Amino acid sequence: MNKLLVVSPSPHTHSGESTSRLMYNVVLALAPALAVTLFYFGMGALVVTLISITSCLLFEYLIQKFLLKVKPTISDGSALVTGLILAFNLPSNLPWWIVVIGAIIAIGVGKMSFGGLGNNPFNPALVGRVFLLISFPVHMTSWPLPIESRMSYINAVTGATPLAIVKEGLGKGDTMSVISEQIPSHMQLFMGTMGGSLGEIAAFALIIGFVWLLVTKVITWHIPVSIFTTIVAFTGILWLINPQANADPLFHLLTGGVMLGAIFMATDYVTSPMHPKGMWIFGVGIGLITVIIRVWGAYPEGISFAILIMNAFVPLINRYVKPKRFGEEVKKNG
Amino acid sequence: MLKTFPKGGVHPAEKKLSASRPIEVLPLPEQVSIPIAQHIGTPATPVVAKGDSVRVGQLIAKSNGFVSANIHSSVSGVVESLDPILDSSGYKKPAITIKIEGDEWMEGIDRTADVKKEISLSAEELIVKINEAGIVGLGGATFPSHVKLAVPKGKKVDVLIINGVECEPYLTSDHRLMLEKADELMVGIMVLKKVLGAERALIGIENNKRDAIAHLKNVSTGYPGIEVYPLRVKYPQGGEKQLIKALIKREVPSGGLPIDVGTVVHNVGTTLAVYEAVQKGKPLVERIVTITGKGVKNPGNYLVRIGTPISKLIEAAGGLPEDVGKVVNGGPMMGKTINSVEAPVTKGTSGVILFPSKESLRGEAQPSCIRCGKCVAACPMGLEPYLLNQLAQRRLYDRMEPERVVDCMECGSCSFACPANLPLLDYIRLGKAEVFAMIRARKS
Ligand code: SF4
Ligand code: SF4
Repeated sequence: MNKLLVVSPSPHTHSGESTSRLMYNVVLALAPALAVTLFYFGMGALVVTLISITSCLLFEYLIQKFLLKVKPTISDGSALVTGLILAFNLPSNLPWWIVVIGAIIAIGVGKMSFGGLGNNPFNPALVGRVFLLISFPVHMTSWPLPIESRMSYINAVTGATPLAIVKEGLGKGDTMSVISEQIPSHMQLFMGTMGGSLGEIAAFALIIGFVWLLVTKVITWHIPVSIFTTIVAFTGILWLINPQANADPLFHLLTGGVMLGAIFMATDYVTSPMHPKGMWIFGVGIGLITVIIRVWGAYPEGISFAILIMNAFVPLINRYVKPKRFGEEVKKNG
Repeated sequence: MLKTFPKGGVHPAEKKLSASRPIEVLPLPEQVSIPIAQHIGTPATPVVAKGDSVRVGQLIAKSNGFVSANIHSSVSGVVESLDPILDSSGYKKPAITIKIEGDEWMEGIDRTADVKKEISLSAEELIVKINEAGIVGLGGATFPSHVKLAVPKGKKVDVLIINGVECEPYLTSDHRLMLEKADELMVGIMVLKKVLGAERALIGIENNKRDAIAHLKNVSTGYPGIEVYPLRVKYPQGGEKQLIKALIKREVPSGGLPIDVGTVVHNVGTTLAVYEAVQKGKPLVERIVTITGKGVKNPGNYLVRIGTPISKLIEAAGGLPEDVGKVVNGGPMMGKTINSVEAPVTKGTSGVILFPSKESLRGEAQPSCIRCGKCVAACPMGLEPYLLNQLAQRRLYDRMEPERVVDCMECGSCSFACPANLPLLDYIRLGKAEVFAMIRARKS
């Protein structure tokens, strides 16, 4: 009985939750959307996704091993998630070397230059995407059409996204009733048969992923729901004021990167607030900025910028918006 | 929808291995070592000398001031020494060691099993009795009970809360007590109600103890003003502030006490001790202890004399398993590790858990916080553990005070929930100690 016992402070038990389990659940949640995009964009989607994932993992490994000289942590799954999400933000006909550049920027600049997982202020995949959008605007805004371009990669048949069609149409002074003849129906939007980045198109698949993230408690509902609510409310008001000059709220919800952005990018742990109060401020901000860019800005889509801008406010939100403390409101009676 | 507290909380695996094991009396050891500081507050002052003969229930150390508690001999025999012993924390602490001879009890202690329902003493006399009996909070907090029962002038207690939550995994002593000593418990509650002048008493029990809920609901019909409430299972519901919030929706202010919101909380074990003290004349000399853990042959619940070496309890449960890495005094969330099984059972020992080596060491912490917010969501006090951890690591203690580190109840939910396995509470404790030191320095 005189064996040495371990002496340690409490607690003596753990939930068993781990970073890698969370990350792999995100990967699982992305699986339905990946399946849909492989079905719609075939070859191109496969090539872009594989290159993005491999380069993200590789760059993280190389930078950690040779530049930072620390134990590589690629098995935690976070680089895999970045790789997938970066790919989801790219058109499926993007030349492979541009994908590689996107990955270097995402991992090297977006993540590692700040000290790796947990320290980066901006969503790494979005840093990569926005860099590419600015550097290769033509490549980054040519959108293969779903299904038709299934068997091709670089030479896929392309077309405009519904958001771009609306933006251009309204710019020319067309009314929504004219424009709506050229854009897919809401049902088609929901199923994702439209041009767009390879992972953002199919709302239904992304929503399945959302449910998975909620069920496995990887994220809470606050950020996505606050973004959706804001977008619906804001575009709803504009639409009610003048339905001929504004697209309806459901259209805004189902097009572009709203689903992908709200569910998978704005909820990135590292770059979003820590508790519900802050999450609401963050989500409402993203919703507002997205609509402002879409309606009045130069680009047809604005969610990437909106998320990055709100990422910048996260430290401020965390510093000044505190969760409600227990016993805070009541005054001590004596 | 069952009641529970709204903010934070986690749900560790329950592992109540000993829930169906009736309370057994642990055989007397050869000697006991009774520490003179088994409670929060000033240690008691010994009133016996080496060589003195003592009987069970005899006062051997006297309460020293208001926040202190009497200590009685739990056995009969001869005082062998007053030398310090290694207590369960591994530090030498003053204690009274008694070599056991026979089992002679003091006169006036009613050891029959009859339940004496009629309460003849006045509120003032009851408090005196409770004070004399050396009763402290048996849920583990060991705060002297008479202090909690002295309602300050100008304050009123309208609801008495009885804590039968037992939210820690593994522990089952309160559960068994509620099943086996229901009538005694009810009389104890009537005593406390009388002392406090409270009209209502609410017993909160987590819904994983349905047999106890049903039984107490049934028994309580014979006693006026006692209500039994099932609660949704959530840790740390046994925390006073959480239990009050869950049952009567009042929020104890930061730095305040339950009495500030018109209530007082007592654990079921303490309530039973109160019954025995005032109705049977029996001071606090024994308590119910759960002995359990993976690999323990016969996990069970034992009635143990205070001062008995923990090793005796382990023997009764089938001996120390081959593979033991850690022994915990209390529950797995808030209990303290023991570095020698020869340490004595004290008033605050609610359970002893043996962990196999594999479960004794913590998982490796990851290089950094991934800012997932799970610790914030888990914290029942509405704090931001990740931030407190960061500030403590960077020694920014003065910034920890406005972040309310002093509200931390050290429940461990944050460390439990953290996917990066960071030792959050270790650093928060450190910071909390520093902040308390700062506050003390400022006051003096
Ligand atoms: S130990 Fe303290 S900081 Fe951690 S969850 Fe409990 S109360 Fe909150
Ligand atoms: S639970 Fe751990 S990893 Fe998550 S925010 Fe808190 S400290 Fe960071």
